[in-house]
Amino acid sequence: MIIDWIYGLVGGLLIGLGGLILLIFNGRIMGASGILGQLIDGKQDTENLERILFLIGVIAAPLIILQFSDFSTTNVTSNTIQLVLAGLLVGAGTRIANGCTSGHGVCGISRLSLRGLFATAIYIAAGALTMVTLRTFWGLI
Amino acid sequence: MIRLLVSFVSGLFFGVGLLISGMTDTAKVQGWLDILGQWDPTLAFVMGGAIIPMVAAWAITAKQAPLFDLHFSMPSNKTIDFKLLAGSVLFGMGWALAGLCPGPAIAALGFGGTGIILFFVSMVIGMILTKPIRMGSISTADG
Repeated sequence: MIIDWIYGLVGGLLIGLGGLILLIFNGRIMGASGILGQLIDGKQDTENLERILFLIGVIAAPLIILQFSDFSTTNVTSNTIQLVLAGLLVGAGTRIANGCTSGHGVCGISRLSLRGLFATAIYIAAGALTMVTLRTFWGLI
Repeated sequence: MIRLLVSFVSGLFFGVGLLISGMTDTAKVQGWLDILGQWDPTLAFVMGGAIIPMVAAWAITAKQAPLFDLHFSMPSNKTIDFKLLAGSVLFGMGWALAGLCPGPAIAALGFGGTGIILFFVSMVIGMILTKPIRMGSISTADG
């Protein structure tokens, strides 16, 4: 258990370093939903190639690490309806709220952004309530 | 050109961090939200760890411009509005349902199999579907 927390802390530091690099070098906030979403929207600026390279980095890094270790378990459900519904909710919700765990959570909280703090409190509360309803009460997931 | 390299390296750090921290493991994320069951506090350590370098980064931004741009691209919307509330509620529900948020879903695309791909494609569709709702609002992203 404690080893998981240490991995969590070390992994978290690396996530934060990724955000630091993007901010102090390129002046951009590291938000996964924003970077992917703006790319999908076909935002008319000169930064789409930067977004693509960021995403390639995110996908490539675990594949490199997994050559030397086995962190690979995702435990993702095989229930199609659950995955599709969850994906739609996460995609729609993060774009309507203009941020997710990385943008509102990591980057927002660290600069004491009221929007970031508020969003993080709400999505954790909504997530916990959903979990209690679906797992504790109904035993569905 | 250098900005492209920075973006790629930033993505590498983000991807490694998401994997090592356990955030690509849906069971750990759902465990964090499972407050009346077998609660797993790992996500708090991840969040805490990630915030440390970012606090330093924001302190640096107060003193100087970015190295490879003229200015920082900051969110212009500062108000807590209905979209922020509603979007966060929807996101939280989906987050609990599959144990995935956008970053880890992207990071797991290469090794997570068809389940991750199905979630990712659905997430992209969800993003596209909300475009009309988002039109006309301030579009500068928080993240």
